[in-house]
Amino acid sequence: MAHALLKGETGDWEMVIGLEVHAQILTKSKLFSGASAAFGAAPNTQVSPIDAGFPGMLPVINTLCIEKAVRTGLGLNAKINLYSVFERKNYFYPDLPQGYQISQYQHPIVGEGEIEIDLPDGSTKAIGIERLHVEQDAGKSLHDQHPAKSYVDLNRSGNPLMEIVSKPHMNSAEEAAAYVTKLRAIVRYLDTCDGNMDEGSMRCDVNVSVRKPGDALGTRCEIKNVNSVRFVQQAIEYEARRQIEVIEGGGTIKQETRLFDTKNGTTRAMRSKEDAHDYRYFPDPDLLPLKLEQGFVDNIKSTLPELPDAKKKRFIALGLSSYDAGVLVAEKERAAFFEKVSNNNDPKMAANWVTTELAGALNKTGKSLDESPVSAEQLGGLLKLIADNTISGKIAKDVFAEMFASGKDAATIVEGKGLKQVTDTGAIEKIVDEVLAENPDKIAEYKSGKDKLFGFFVGQTLKKSGGKANPAIVNDLLKKKLSS
Amino acid sequence: MSIDINTVRKVAKLARIRTTDADAEVLTGELNNILAMIGQLNEVKTDGIEPMTSVIEMNLPERADEVTDGGIPEKILANAPEKAAGFFVVPKVVE
Amino acid sequence: MTKLTSLTIKEALDGLKKKEFTATELTEAHIKASEAAQHLNCYITETYDHARAQAKESDARYAKGEAKLLDGVPIAMKDLYCTEGIRTTAGSKILENFKPPYESTVSGNMFRDGAIMLGKANLDEFAMGSSNTTSAYGNVINPWQRKGDNKPLVPGGSSGGSAAAVAARIAMGATGTDTGGSIRQPAAFCGITGIKPTYGRCSRFGIIAFASSLDQAGPFARTVEDCALLLQSMAGYDPKDSTSVNRPVPEYFKSVGQSVKGLKVGVPKEYRVDGANPEITALWDKGVEMMKAAGAEIVDVSLPHTKYALQTYYVIAPAECSSNLARYDGVRFGLRVEGGNLNDTYEATRAAGFGKEVKRRILIGTYVLSAGYYDAYYNKARRVRKLIWQDFINAYEKCDVLLTPTAPTPAFAIGENEQDPVTMYLNDIFTVPASMAGMPGISLPVGLSGDGLPLGLQLLGRPFDEETVFKAASALEKAASFTHLPQSLMNKAA
Ligand SMILES: [Mg+2]
Ligand SMILES: [Zn+2]
Repeated sequence: MAHALLKGETGDWEMVIGLEVHAQILTKSKLFSGASAAFGAAPNTQVSPIDAGFPGMLPVINTLCIEKAVRTGLGLNAKINLYSVFERKNYFYPDLPQGYQISQYQHPIVGEGEIEIDLPDGSTKAIGIERLHVEQDAGKSLHDQHPAKSYVDLNRSGNPLMEIVSKPHMNSAEEAAAYVTKLRAIVRYLDTCDGNMDEGSMRCDVNVSVRKPGDALGTRCEIKNVNSVRFVQQAIEYEARRQIEVIEGGGTIKQETRLFDTKNGTTRAMRSKEDAHDYRYFPDPDLLPLKLEQGFVDNIKSTLPELPDAKKKRFIALGLSSYDAGVLVAEKERAAFFEKVSNNNDPKMAANWVTTELAGALNKTGKSLDESPVSAEQLGGLLKLIADNTISGKIAKDVFAEMFASGKDAATIVEGKGLKQVTDTGAIEKIVDEVLAENPDKIAEYKSGKDKLFGFFVGQTLKKSGGKANPAIVNDLLKKKLSS
Repeated sequence: MSIDINTVRKVAKLARIRTTDADAEVLTGELNNILAMIGQLNEVKTDGIEPMTSVIEMNLPERADEVTDGGIPEKILANAPEKAAGFFVVPKVVE
Repeated sequence: MTKLTSLTIKEALDGLKKKEFTATELTEAHIKASEAAQHLNCYITETYDHARAQAKESDARYAKGEAKLLDGVPIAMKDLYCTEGIRTTAGSKILENFKPPYESTVSGNMFRDGAIMLGKANLDEFAMGSSNTTSAYGNVINPWQRKGDNKPLVPGGSSGGSAAAVAARIAMGATGTDTGGSIRQPAAFCGITGIKPTYGRCSRFGIIAFASSLDQAGPFARTVEDCALLLQSMAGYDPKDSTSVNRPVPEYFKSVGQSVKGLKVGVPKEYRVDGANPEITALWDKGVEMMKAAGAEIVDVSLPHTKYALQTYYVIAPAECSSNLARYDGVRFGLRVEGGNLNDTYEATRAAGFGKEVKRRILIGTYVLSAGYYDAYYNKARRVRKLIWQDFINAYEKCDVLLTPTAPTPAFAIGENEQDPVTMYLNDIFTVPASMAGMPGISLPVGLSGDGLPLGLQLLGRPFDEETVFKAASALEKAASFTHLPQSLMNKAA
């Protein structure tokens, strides 16, 4: 896709965007303590003295965090570093209890990689990954509880994070959105992060700069903690515009950290001027260097699931459109649901039902896929009834509505309401005869050349049968009788 | 290498330790004496020597992912200089 | 019956087992002695009631015949060890009212083994010092005095309260921590024995950190055997400390009294420094002769980077401490001095809460880690550290232990060596190299100075070879037969 350029007063501008995504590693306990890492508990109830930075407390690493970081690195097609080092990033903040964050700096656990993003026009683009490192989350400061005070909750302090840093390879808000969406899909497929942006399990720091096409990189601003795909787009669009206006107005861009205001879609410089950051990184003497065996990495590699890109290719090979395949693989659960539905059913038909009928019904009732009253097996059962002519496609829609409302199986509903197609030729012939007997004038018109009326006879017959007559048999009989 | 009083002030700020002018002056002299001493390290040839982080040569020990701690908010908050509604309380932070 | 406070731990354990006295009697005797020695300021917090309760439990165990390794032995606990529910200050104003909701692994090990805690021993603030004069709770006075001079002397540091308590017979043993000499140097100054085991031998969990890559717990006692008993309880693998080494703890006391015939004792020439105190050098020579007489083989060795150990230490220890002490910010525990805003509060809290020496080290550490200086200072020091470590490894190919002086001087008077921090730092010149290399080292009293002060020698061993260190130390102890008592005790006896 051609770069989306922004028009300014002095000509076209190109955006250069890089993202740092913090993804919480899906674990029961924290990175360096045995306190729970679950979301939403009462303040300071999931805090070990280690997470609170108490005197004499020491970190011990959670083995699952290492495994999942490697797993994610492999999912990003990245280099796994068999030697990595935990370092301390030193700064003062009330929600940083130790006065430092344990992170990785010079030697991250995962090095360079690359993922493919899917753009709205159906094209794809490769985005480079700079690195992935493992670090502790900070606690949470609440500033709106008291006019002169901030309240600190350390439940989140010490939660395990992967910081995934992209290369500055994105040139539009759409690309950045597609990148976050893909990253989210990948970690969810890998089961390394729940990707829940509402709960802060995935948070984005967005680096934006602008330049005239072909020029050297401009000065970038970092927008912190942008917490939805939509906000990522909004923040980038606003920030790029702002930078262009500053430059075109004769100003220069200051490298700074900015905050995104979700209320009005703008960004503003952070007020706390942390006088020139000097994080004084150094290897944490409480932790030894992390050395991995290649065999450990290979083992994880052998258990990787099929990832969205591969799955999409496979779905297309089944006959699905690129669009449908893309929609289905975007969510791990949706893809899995589809695969269950399409089991022994026509894949295209299954895709259709999942992306239209089911998606529409869920949408209307505000339910998510995992809350669907119709299970994948049940939907598959419905499709089978269509395939073996037990019901028509038209009846199937009514049956589906009933299934969605009651949670009952398709077969039960079809049975209970007597919706089975009538395939008994004698019975259908009786109805056909009735219809013909009731419409002598229409027969005359038909015979005088008004071919379109054939549809009328079919409709009448089906209607009289309560929709249950097998349309093929109705067709055959009518054709025979009207031509005689 | 030696440091001047402004550097001492800057470092004290970075370390969040309030320093009066008189303190800073005394500290400048003391820190320069210490720096002069540690500056002798430049006499040592260290080409090709890996920096040492730990004297123990073993792998980083790991623990299982299990919840074994937490659930003690009253203990966590017991020593707090200021607290309210289960939170630690600090002067307002402006972002 | 001998005075209960003059018994060794071994003798006390035997007496308790034989029911010659009870743990309660032993504890009360030490509480009484402690009260009489209050002017020494050994304790920041006395925990007599706690001790009495523990003694009662101990007596119950003796009655049932279920006594443990250290059952009924009254000790002093350096106030750097977090003790659950009991005020733990690290000698700092910033932790004046801190009560940890957890127990340090090492103190927990000792309580498990029946030790009785008389009090939290005074120390240099956050273990930063060599004289115990940086404590926010006043300096400790060494029970020893110079002949014909009653000027109060320092006990050494940072574990000054622990060492003075054991020397003054107000505790039978004590815990210390050693980062650059903080067990060995005060042991030498107070005429007692103290061992810093190999880095990784004792858990650091719950011990307030000064410099994490150097800090190591260890015991004080009046004999090598008693130190062996205490260390056996203190040491061990702890999954809560990622630098704790998982290997079994030997029965150290079994090394005591074993023959040193054929043991190779290295004498590093670099410890013979220009302008050395001749009494110290003479003592060292005497120690060498004693080891030779006991059957050891003396080997000349070289530790070429010894000269740079102190410099390395004063980069690495402050760097680590500047980060370790960032948590004292007045938010979750400890002192808070309100300022106008958050940053003012941080700065006011830390200015009021930390003493001069701690501030100096935080600033040095902040500086050497800051942008632009990291490689020149911090990484340089880490490289030299590697060379220092390599020196030891090389030396141990030629010998089994090293014998050196512990400190360059005997105990000095309170107020001396205060004119400049660097002068004070030189006290650790002989102890710091082994700290940098993580090697175990013991100091024991071998003789007296001309003015009647104890002088110590240091034996250093291979990593995790505390057994050989104890074996060599017990041979030297036997040869030296140091039986002198601090003047204060002799006066009382008289
Ligand atoms: Mg970042
Ligand atoms: Zn981060």
